[in-house]
Amino acid sequence: MSDTIELLSTALTQKHISLGAKMVPFAGYNMPVQYIGLQQEHMAVRNHVGMFDVSHMGEFRLKGPNALDLIQRVTSNDASKLIDGKVQYSCLPNEDGGIVDDLLVYRWREEEYYLVVNASNIQKDWDWISKFNTQGVEMLNMSDNMSLLAIQGPDATATVQKLTDVNLSEIEYYAFTIGTVAGINNVIISNTGYTGAGGFELYVMNDDAEKLWDAVIDAGKAFEIMPCGLGCRDTLRLEMGFCLYGNDINDTTSPIEAGLGWITKFTKEFTNSAYHKKLKEEGVSKKLVGFDMIDRGIPRQHYEIKDASGNIIGEVTSGTQSPSLGKAIGMGYVSTAFSKEGSEIYIQIRDKSLKAVVAKIPFLKK
Amino acid sequence: MNFPEQLSYTKDHEWVKIEGDIATIGITDFAQRELGDIVFVEIETFGKTINQHDVFGTVEAVKTVSDLFMPISGQVIEINKGLDTAPESVNNDPYGAGWMVKVKMNNLGEVDGLMSAADYASSVA
Repeated sequence: MSDTIELLSTALTQKHISLGAKMVPFAGYNMPVQYIGLQQEHMAVRNHVGMFDVSHMGEFRLKGPNALDLIQRVTSNDASKLIDGKVQYSCLPNEDGGIVDDLLVYRWREEEYYLVVNASNIQKDWDWISKFNTQGVEMLNMSDNMSLLAIQGPDATATVQKLTDVNLSEIEYYAFTIGTVAGINNVIISNTGYTGAGGFELYVMNDDAEKLWDAVIDAGKAFEIMPCGLGCRDTLRLEMGFCLYGNDINDTTSPIEAGLGWITKFTKEFTNSAYHKKLKEEGVSKKLVGFDMIDRGIPRQHYEIKDASGNIIGEVTSGTQSPSLGKAIGMGYVSTAFSKEGSEIYIQIRDKSLKAVVAKIPFLKK
Repeated sequence: MNFPEQLSYTKDHEWVKIEGDIATIGITDFAQRELGDIVFVEIETFGKTINQHDVFGTVEAVKTVSDLFMPISGQVIEINKGLDTAPESVNNDPYGAGWMVKVKMNNLGEVDGLMSAADYASSVA
């Protein structure tokens, strides 16, 4: 890392350093990649509860009578299906067949929405959405003022419940409410996450972040809560086959190719919707698939994928040794002919072509 | 961090234990911490003669892959088979159960170019 690049901090950066976290630059922020060990943190989330500081994520508020129209214009999913207190996974298609970013759309009330975007894309997304804001939607970038803690795992709900009178069991998956947590008012309590382990994501203003962090750690002690770094966030999401922007989806991949047809709704017009509709109807030439390694080796981003004769048929977008499954797994784009579950493919790992098989996502079955 | 006095070190974060003309080689406590949880050690150079600074294997952590560089020239005469089933030994016991290869040195003069524990410790401080 060059000394000339000034890294941004979250409200909790000093907290992470004091806990002995290994810090790395991520999306321009100085972020914890792990505290005591990636695999231990990973298993804490799968078996008990873990907490992530993901305050680097971006939050925009869109307000006004035309807010929904703007969201419908720029996102691929059908936001008109949202009701107050519901959340929707979506993406921002670009005009060249790819994706500007993937995001969550929160509907707070009829004329007020929150968009949650990837840290690395905050400015790009802001500029992109602003470009289409011709009807005077009031846009507010709250990213620098908001912190986000993700409390994830089978004991996450019980942990957070100790800190609030809001009945968390009444908040459905992909729903949220606003309430008091650990004595902090106006916390956005969202039943969402990126781990497949269940739990809540709590949005607070920066001034309250440390108080909330300490309260959750305290409440989670009975469940052996662990602070968790971005390292295991990646292995947890990959076991679920969740896409990571910059790896599995980017400016050149269509949501149809990425298996995100379920968030691409042709019930309305959006950026480049005619192109994606055509792809859906006529079929795509490549598809994002998951695969299990058969031979011993660990796939990594940008490794070539080949057929049995050695022809290049695609590229790995994500890969790791899965801590829960104890085997190497990956995702990548392959020619459609090789995208069926059970297809034999080969991953070029250094000087060897190693056998893998296309697998069903999620890798981790409930 | 722990850097035993009796071992020699390289700037590539390997340690070397010299016994006669046999060198036992592994990666340092610093290296294993930087890599994080190690899940696969791949060394397929048994019997091969490898020059100093050349790659003799790779070590895969959950998040990263890293080459292993030969600290001294020689023939690989033994590979730690225990790492096939317990690669985490490199994290838990880098100077003991986590050793990687034994090499029959062919240029004992190279030993003089290795770093002492104190010099290595200050280089990673």
